[in-house]
Amino acid sequence: MWGERVFSLIPVSSSPPSPPLGSNRPMLSLRNIQKRYTVGANKVHVLKGIDLDIAAGELVSIMGASGSGKSTLLNVLGILDNYDTGEYLLDGQLIQNLSESKAAVLRSKLLGFVFQSFNLVAFKTAAENVALPLYYQGVGRKERNRMAEEYLERVGLLDRAAHLPRELSGGQQQRVAIARALISKPKVILADEPTGALDSQTSLELMEVLRQINASGVTMIIVTHEHEIAAMTQRTIRLRDGLIERDLAA
Amino acid sequence: MRIPLLDLDTWQEILDTVRKNKLRTLLTGFSVAWGILMLIVLLGSGQGLTRGVEYGFRDDATNSIWVRSGQTSLPFKGYRPGRQVQFTNEDYDLIRAGVPGVDHITSRFFIRGNLAVVYQGVTSSFDVRSVHPDHLFLEKTIMVEGRFLNPTDLAEYRKVAVIGNRVKDQLFKAKPAMGEYIEIKGVPFRVVGIFTDDGGEGEQEKIYLPITTAQRTFSGANRVAMIMMTVGDASVEQSKAISQELKHRIAQKHEFDPGDARAVFISNQVEQFQRYVELMSGIRLFVWVIGVGTLLAGVVGVSNIMMIAVKERTKEIGIRKALGATPWSVMSLVLQEAVLVTAVAGYFGLVAGVLLLQLMAQSLEKSEFFRNPEVDFGVAVTATLILIVAGGVAGFLPARRAAAIRPVEALRDE
Repeated sequence: MWGERVFSLIPVSSSPPSPPLGSNRPMLSLRNIQKRYTVGANKVHVLKGIDLDIAAGELVSIMGASGSGKSTLLNVLGILDNYDTGEYLLDGQLIQNLSESKAAVLRSKLLGFVFQSFNLVAFKTAAENVALPLYYQGVGRKERNRMAEEYLERVGLLDRAAHLPRELSGGQQQRVAIARALISKPKVILADEPTGALDSQTSLELMEVLRQINASGVTMIIVTHEHEIAAMTQRTIRLRDGLIERDLAA
Repeated sequence: MRIPLLDLDTWQEILDTVRKNKLRTLLTGFSVAWGILMLIVLLGSGQGLTRGVEYGFRDDATNSIWVRSGQTSLPFKGYRPGRQVQFTNEDYDLIRAGVPGVDHITSRFFIRGNLAVVYQGVTSSFDVRSVHPDHLFLEKTIMVEGRFLNPTDLAEYRKVAVIGNRVKDQLFKAKPAMGEYIEIKGVPFRVVGIFTDDGGEGEQEKIYLPITTAQRTFSGANRVAMIMMTVGDASVEQSKAISQELKHRIAQKHEFDPGDARAVFISNQVEQFQRYVELMSGIRLFVWVIGVGTLLAGVVGVSNIMMIAVKERTKEIGIRKALGATPWSVMSLVLQEAVLVTAVAGYFGLVAGVLLLQLMAQSLEKSEFFRNPEVDFGVAVTATLILIVAGGVAGFLPARRAAAIRPVEALRDE
């Protein structure tokens, strides 16, 4: 609630690149985000001032060499990590110095994650993995299981519902992870090298799945180092040394 | 907000984790089960020891003071040391009339020489005690037939006897004994009562005679071997004061130094019993300390294993957090797992401990020092509470560590 108010205090004119798709409020909005890490005695300036707006429904890829700060940026976007200075608004809410519990609630409500190494819980079946976010939202067991099946069906894996992750191929595991990211009906999906562990054919299939999801209205941000993957998105943001080097719409 | 403890889903989640990590859970549980088993066995054994001591005291009144005479060891008012102190009926009268706080009192006179007891040609040897009627209370004699000695027996020097049930069995076999005459040193005594005694077989092989009759019949004059009394519900301090007063009076009458340690021997059962009670509570405390220590070792084991488990599950917990798990939900997950494992394993340990104690009780039934080891309900409840607290303690540190896991670090791919 106060997130809305804080947002309303920011003059619209101060957000330089006007958001595309005619939306008057960007889904994600970053102003001069800076982030330093202390590594031993050294302070590493990872993010040196990121200004970025991503509108609802966009399909964006973030590219950059290793050490460019793209993973850190994704962590900040995913409220998995704090930033030092600047301002980050997610769906109109100011994300700043949140307590762990508040961050957890916002993640649960707004965000879905897809990871390079899938990150399924090894001892839970595909269906149980998919249902897990709903558990943390307090959804009842029956409803959870019903929805888990529904989302597994969407990614074409209903017949694998009772399988453990190790019994699934990489592409299948990633589809389970996507179903899990989708089940909480997030506004934004953050994918960190989602195809990094997959062969090229499977990668293409997976990207097709992600594009379909995006087409249904979910904002999608994909971190990748593969040009073919980036080429399948609408907009590519290239990071270099903690700054946005290029921001190109396809 | 969901209340994790009452939430079926949370339990389902924990059971899932437990089921998927059977060996780990088993090992963890074992150390706790062992701890609680030791606690229960130790507590039960402590109880057994206590009962053993109580059993040792079952024979006589625990609130009694016994006075025996001795030889003086100090010179006094011109007397040389080494004088024999001889109690008489006068001492009995003196104490009964003059020492406050005395409840029941009796003296004992022992007949010298061979004590062959004869009934219709059957001869056997028994311990004969000549006493006052109050002796009943001192020895906790339990009458099964007839009556104990009474003041009239003493006043009229009646030749009556009260016999133990084992005396009756040996002399009379199945025949009735009441009203029959037994011969002690050739003198017939009529049986007026039969008793039993919790003090064991020896105490049931006694014969009680009126002290006046015995003194007169067996040329005892007015001599008395010892004087015993109960002091009601006097405290240790009060009983000590009574002992002091006794000694003072006797010293005055027999003219010896009240500080003489060998002229009279006063054994204060109140004090003795109190000492045993203190010893027992000392043992109980010791047992608790050892038991809780053992349990603590189990708890540290659980804590340790949970700590490793949390470390192993860092990634999983990171995933959960990325999916919306709050620190509290992660913490309660670990905490509840610890409590569940400790409680279930502890319960098995508890049951095993109780069974073991029962086995011990069966095989040690005849021992004097160790009787009926068992744990009572209160101890079981206490142990259960300790278990739950122990589980919480065991889980706390690992749970806090789990809650502090940052998803970024947990999910790092390198």
